Amino acid sequence: MEKIVNQKAWFLVLPVFAIVAFSAILPLMTVVNYSVQDTFGNNQFFWNGVGWFKELLDPSTDLGGRFFASLWRNLAFSAIILAIEVPLGIVVALAMPRHGWSVAACLVIMALPLLIPWNVVGTIWQIFGRPDIGLLGYTLNGLGINYNYVSNEFDAWATVVVMDVWHWTSLVALLCYAGLKSIPDAYYQAAQIDGASRWAVFKAIQLPKMHRVLLIAVLLRFMDSFMIYTEPFVVTGGGPGNSTTFISIELVKIALGQFDLGKAAALSIVYNLIIIIVCWVFYTVMTNAGAERRPTEGSV
Amino acid sequence: MHSIPGRRIVMALYLLFLLLPIYWLVNMSFKTNGEIVSTMTLWPHQPTLENYRTIFTDPSWYSGYINSLQYVVINTVLSISFALPAAYAFSRYRFLGDKHLFFWLLSNRMAPAAVYALPFFNLYSAINLFDTPWAVALAHCLFNVPLAVWILEGFVSGVPREIDETAFLDGYSFPRFFVKILIPLIASGIGVAAFFCFMFSWVELLLARTLTSVNAKPIAAVMTRTVSAAGMDWGLLAAAGVLTIIPGALVIWFVRNYIARGFALGRV
Repeated sequence: MEKIVNQKAWFLVLPVFAIVAFSAILPLMTVVNYSVQDTFGNNQFFWNGVGWFKELLDPSTDLGGRFFASLWRNLAFSAIILAIEVPLGIVVALAMPRHGWSVAACLVIMALPLLIPWNVVGTIWQIFGRPDIGLLGYTLNGLGINYNYVSNEFDAWATVVVMDVWHWTSLVALLCYAGLKSIPDAYYQAAQIDGASRWAVFKAIQLPKMHRVLLIAVLLRFMDSFMIYTEPFVVTGGGPGNSTTFISIELVKIALGQFDLGKAAALSIVYNLIIIIVCWVFYTVMTNAGAERRPTEGSV
Repeated sequence: MHSIPGRRIVMALYLLFLLLPIYWLVNMSFKTNGEIVSTMTLWPHQPTLENYRTIFTDPSWYSGYINSLQYVVINTVLSISFALPAAYAFSRYRFLGDKHLFFWLLSNRMAPAAVYALPFFNLYSAINLFDTPWAVALAHCLFNVPLAVWILEGFVSGVPREIDETAFLDGYSFPRFFVKILIPLIASGIGVAAFFCFMFSWVELLLARTLTSVNAKPIAAVMTRTVSAAGMDWGLLAAAGVLTIIPGALVIWFVRNYIARGFALGRV
């Protein structure tokens, strides 16, 4: 569908522009302002230029060290959960029942974790994993596995990862399911006549149809795991030590805990830049995928 | 056949994995603290409603739920009504900077709440909205308005343009066309967008907690009260948690037939 050029459309967009600019640009200006200044309290500020940024990007300083440590930790976390959630989500989507009341039942149960407030998700796993009162911790320890997420780094990581898989795999699965549902039955019948194997059907028919929704899923999951805060904070508080301190947790510690405005602001800006770059890459890939798909539609 | 072998087993195991932790929370919410701490029981042996009674009779508890619902509803209404015209514009017209604007909106959906916590605190204190549901509702617009635009744009694009043109030829003014024709046509899309706004506003805690102190404190922040000098009140914490799951479950039930399409943001 060719769109008409009409500059008056700006009037329709203006309210959205205003409300988002109010929430996004105004606060960001404060952040930029803080990031180039230093303070000795009493609301007296001094020009500090790019000092905070230099310190932030230099791993040998305290601030830089903490930033890079939390950055790598966070990237590792995002990579792990993507590697688990995307394949698992596809498998679950393929395993969905096709008709009857069980479809609605499955959908409702799958969507349930997505609507639980994030701190309650943390609370659920905090309780579930405790060796004394939680089913998971009690069972594991009963089986002779010494599991304790409060004191053991590996257990803390495992808990946070499993919690994220529990919380978000359904999002990937629901997206894939929506992609699968849009495949007409005729495709499967044709594949059957050709004697295509199960794997061939998946590769030639199902995967291409899920391509676009999978991109959305990976984008959303990467972004949300890259700014994860509440769930691990409730379960582990960033510990033991700093082993589960992700970027947002580090940032809140610096900003609201130590009230180091300059450092926090510099970190915020770098953090935001990383996100915008990743977002831009995905957006370009997504728009290109959409443009490439159109001419070949219906000729599979 | 287009399903995988053993799909019933896969599905059953996955649903079990999803439900077990929730069951454990529900189980604990009906126990007394004595039972929770002293024995490991798979179901409450001395079931009690005491935890729920505490929440429903103590204003500092139940007002948390009212506060949360208040800003969630304000946010949903704001987000949808702002996003509708913009979604129509993005779907139908090309205009100066449209692609950049769309990308900029999208990038705000991805903005980390931790970055905005402190500046929002300053901003809403400065305009005297701190500790009101409006502050949280407006703050949540940062990610919900772009999301609503994104979802609704997909649904508006599903409406053939001939319908607009016919309506205008029939002498409909733009606002009348919008209310009488377009909105009924994308009603399911509006439902889906509202569902998502509700969802993301309901589950967010960091901003909601930073922007409130006493009067508009969300339930998620009230829950931290269960830690006291006498130790954790696990039963009460579990009951409060269970009650935060219920609104979400109700909303899912209403949109269950649109969930799949909704999660694909109208773009399948």
